Amino acid sequence: MKQILVVDDSAVIRKVARRILEGMQFSTVEAENGRKALVACEQAMPDAILLDWNMPEMDGVEFLRALRKMPGGAGPKVVFCTTENEASHIALAMDAGADEYIMKPFDQHVVRSKLEDIGVI
Amino acid sequence: MSLAFARLRRLIGSVAGISLGADKLYFAQSRLEPIMRAHECRDLAMLMRLIEKHEDEALLQRVVEAMTNNETSFFRDRVPFEKLRQEWLPELMARRGEPRRLRIWSAACSTGQEPYSIAMALAESEPDLEDWTIEILATDISELALETARRGVYSQFEAQRGLTTARLLRHLEPFKGYWRVNDALRARVAFQKLNLLDEFRDAGPYDIVFCRNVLMYFEPDVRRDVMTRLFGALAEDGVLILGAAETMEFDERFTTSTSGDCRILPRRRRAAIA
Repeated sequence: MKQILVVDDSAVIRKVARRILEGMQFSTVEAENGRKALVACEQAMPDAILLDWNMPEMDGVEFLRALRKMPGGAGPKVVFCTTENEASHIALAMDAGADEYIMKPFDQHVVRSKLEDIGVI
Repeated sequence: MSLAFARLRRLIGSVAGISLGADKLYFAQSRLEPIMRAHECRDLAMLMRLIEKHEDEALLQRVVEAMTNNETSFFRDRVPFEKLRQEWLPELMARRGEPRRLRIWSAACSTGQEPYSIAMALAESEPDLEDWTIEILATDISELALETARRGVYSQFEAQRGLTTARLLRHLEPFKGYWRVNDALRARVAFQKLNLLDEFRDAGPYDIVFCRNVLMYFEPDVRRDVMTRLFGALAEDGVLILGAAETMEFDERFTTSTSGDCRILPRRRRAAIA
């Protein structure tokens, strides 16, 4: 079973994302900010990461740049999932190494379609 | 079943070919509720009398539009668009000489995501298509759906449904909190109102026709008639793409091949079977 790390400072969003992903037969791990997500990745590198942008301590872009420098950090597919919906933000996230980008609000169809696009499903 | 609902079913069948099931009264009432409210009709019988007595075409159009299904998304079912780029276009281009021209028809295009997906697939095939004239005609019975299609403006939710982020950034632009298909892509698609029940024999020949998830809503005899005319509008070596659930097995000329999420009917099979 593939594992997806859900990184978001909102417990509600993490719960919604977890329910959607577990409905697609993924196992999930959660982290509430970028720093805790890095620790989680050091312990066990996930197959994919659903990543919020604005979080305390370490935001999504900082986390992604740090992740890609870690041993094995090039492996996980990273999907930003954020309220930042300007074209410039999306381009910045993709430049930082994201594989896909979801603008909130989202539903299971969008999540499935994006995960299919990047080969996680 | 009420008499008014039976009249509505006949009307929708004759005007749009749509087969409205006898168990769809609740569906019909919920779809028609805004129209009934706007025309101060307390029930379906009153609405039917209004349509029949005044022969109000605008009202009839609204009723038909309310009963049609506009469910769509960019690159819906994926497979047809991959095949378009990887198989059908290269094969047709290899067979065509001068003039270097291909015609594609998106029949029942709804709010435009299908023809724009075709245009995106073509744009991504350039520069192979340099020096080629490719026409994309998109038609639908619903004027409301066509208005949305012509504007090419989609909510964030609609835009990211089916579009990869790379495609979103390449082909759409932010527009007042929404996303708008860029000018170049919009200029590639010609939108036109068309009821598939009406005559379109003179419209062809088209090299590729997309008519997906439409015929399944038609009565069997209407389906056969539309299918025959769609077939007639195809070029000799053209392809017709249907929805995955749409079979035409009642007529041996319409033997389809299944490929993932679509059914494909190559025109040249007809000669082999006839």
